[in-house]
Amino acid sequence: MLGVTELQDMYETMVMARHYEERLQEEYLEGKQPAFDISAGPIPGELHLAAGHEASGVGVCHHLRAEDTVTAPHRPHHIAIAKGVDLKAMTAEIFGRETGLSGGKGGHMHLFDPDVNFACSGIIAEGCPPAVGAGLAAKKRNTDSVAVAFLGEGAIDQGAFLESLNLASVQNLPVVFVIEDNDWAISMPKERVTDVTNGAQRAAGFDLPGTRVDADDVIAISDAATDAIGRARDGNGPSLLEVQVHRRMGHFMGDAEGYRPDADRDAATRRDSIERLETKLRANDIDDETLDELRSRARERVDDAIEWAKEQPEPEPSAAYEDVFSSPPSEDPERAPSVADTGGED
Amino acid sequence: MAQQEEHRQTDRSLTMSRAMVEAIAHEMREDDAVFYMGEDVADYGGIFDSTEGLLDEFGRDRIMDVPISETAYIGAAVGAAQKGMRPIAELMFVDFFGVGMDQIYNQMAKNTYMSGGTLSVPMVLTAAVGGTYNDAAQHSQTLYGTFAHLPGMKVVVPSTAYDAKGLLHTAIRDDDPVVYLFHKRLMGIGWLPAPDGPKTGVPEEAYTIPFGRADIKREGADATVVTLGLHVHRALAAADSLADDGIDTEVIDLRTLVPLDIETIRESVAKTGRLVVVDEDYRSYGLTGEIIAGVAEAELAALDAVERVALPDVPIPYARPMEDEVIPDTDDIKAAIRRVRSDE
Repeated sequence: MLGVTELQDMYETMVMARHYEERLQEEYLEGKQPAFDISAGPIPGELHLAAGHEASGVGVCHHLRAEDTVTAPHRPHHIAIAKGVDLKAMTAEIFGRETGLSGGKGGHMHLFDPDVNFACSGIIAEGCPPAVGAGLAAKKRNTDSVAVAFLGEGAIDQGAFLESLNLASVQNLPVVFVIEDNDWAISMPKERVTDVTNGAQRAAGFDLPGTRVDADDVIAISDAATDAIGRARDGNGPSLLEVQVHRRMGHFMGDAEGYRPDADRDAATRRDSIERLETKLRANDIDDETLDELRSRARERVDDAIEWAKEQPEPEPSAAYEDVFSSPPSEDPERAPSVADTGGED
Repeated sequence: MAQQEEHRQTDRSLTMSRAMVEAIAHEMREDDAVFYMGEDVADYGGIFDSTEGLLDEFGRDRIMDVPISETAYIGAAVGAAQKGMRPIAELMFVDFFGVGMDQIYNQMAKNTYMSGGTLSVPMVLTAAVGGTYNDAAQHSQTLYGTFAHLPGMKVVVPSTAYDAKGLLHTAIRDDDPVVYLFHKRLMGIGWLPAPDGPKTGVPEEAYTIPFGRADIKREGADATVVTLGLHVHRALAAADSLADDGIDTEVIDLRTLVPLDIETIRESVAKTGRLVVVDEDYRSYGLTGEIIAGVAEAELAALDAVERVALPDVPIPYARPMEDEVIPDTDDIKAAIRRVRSDE
């Protein structure tokens, strides 16, 4: 059971994640109006915001430690925030600045923070195999750390996911797969492209426990995650968890969602996991003043990070040539031709 | 062999995406074996407008949204093609090829050969390519050389609406697998503004452009620039700018990589003696080296100077200053042309 202090922490993180997306949306649209040009403005390129996904990132990552690994998909910010990724460095990365997590090489779909073992990838389901690998390393080193792979419901038809379920299962690895079901794979509703309505059903075919949390409710998600992460930590193998979330914005900024019925978008906006938690906190005698304080603190951290990021320098163009290798090939001044090399004297 | 295309007189100009859609619609009306599969190709009309409006005319059975399962649906296109259908399968970004590559290069590309010619695979694999809008290393590549390197696929890269339509008609009617790579920046998408060049006059009727015929987009006597896709337009801008300095540059648009029209390039180099190859793909082991080697084999004595302009061998970085650094621009092309002319 979560104590009320934990619930307040979760609330603060969820507000932070929501405010982060709303602020990034504002920043992203700067320079893109009136004509929307994806390459213009302070944040260029695609931007996939996760407003409406907060309960998933927070409900799961609340039970993780810094040494536990998380891999996230192309819609990663709420998960990164919940995992404790350095907010300022992450924001600077999204703005393409020199002090960003990757010095501006990655951008918002490719955030890497080794300090808290977080990474994400822009290719659907491709975070699953590396999470299995992190679980394999934990097993080989006999630690009790776990790995969590997040993916969208559109990714459950992808080979990388299905193969990972099998490998994690047959090797009994400490891995939790978390499907965030927001009902939409860009423009494709899941009933048109996927054979199951409940992604957790995929678990049965791979002989691992599968659970679906229908309510977009951080407490219910947290309870399910406690079980799955506990099983992994105790050496009892992988689990599959599907959680219902909602896409409050387009697939990417600039997606006019012409394919989406208004009623669906309205419903997604109404089912607000943050308000739901707020109701729960009030029922636990948390007063307006305390809630205001939590919200202000969360928003201030976000605003500070964005302000800081925007003041950071852009990378030098020449930095593009660095980091291809950890150990770059170097010129050998003593270089002589190798002839019939046998690796030493015969 | 090659010559400047006689663009049939037409008052109508189209964006590249509209020209492609017109070719697809025409072929689908003519032949019920043709159908289109891809992610977000139905209601959305293709993330890059490649199928916009087709769902209304042809319905979900022929404009098929598919699961995010590239191995399955590209492989299904191979299987259906071998059964006499003419599928078009769209890979949303060419960068996603890794997810379904076995079906592409070990099945689609090889089945005709391995079957001793008893099978044919009449399908088109379309994919969006290219950077210049800060989408970082997993969504900005062209990978032209990768597909052209592996035997068994014809590879097409249009740079204008006129070429896009004619080449797509040819691709759909071809009895072999064709990889049709369209540059996002050229499509004329509202949120990704195109340069001026790709929107051209396009005849309403169907027409084909034969594979293996490069198009001399600009005639010139002093230097030859060979390029493709977006960089045709950057090379033309460079040529226009250098014309003010009295340098007369010929710009050759390859249009197809397999088959490759080395003859048009050879003839041009025989005239100019100076060759610049411009590519938006990686520098090493790729298109620039291949073109230069082909010219060296055919016309070594005429070759006075050579330059290649391509992506350095690094993944494409996100931040604007670094992306601008690695993707060749008009100034990079101008500088290379000046270098091959430096002994004049």
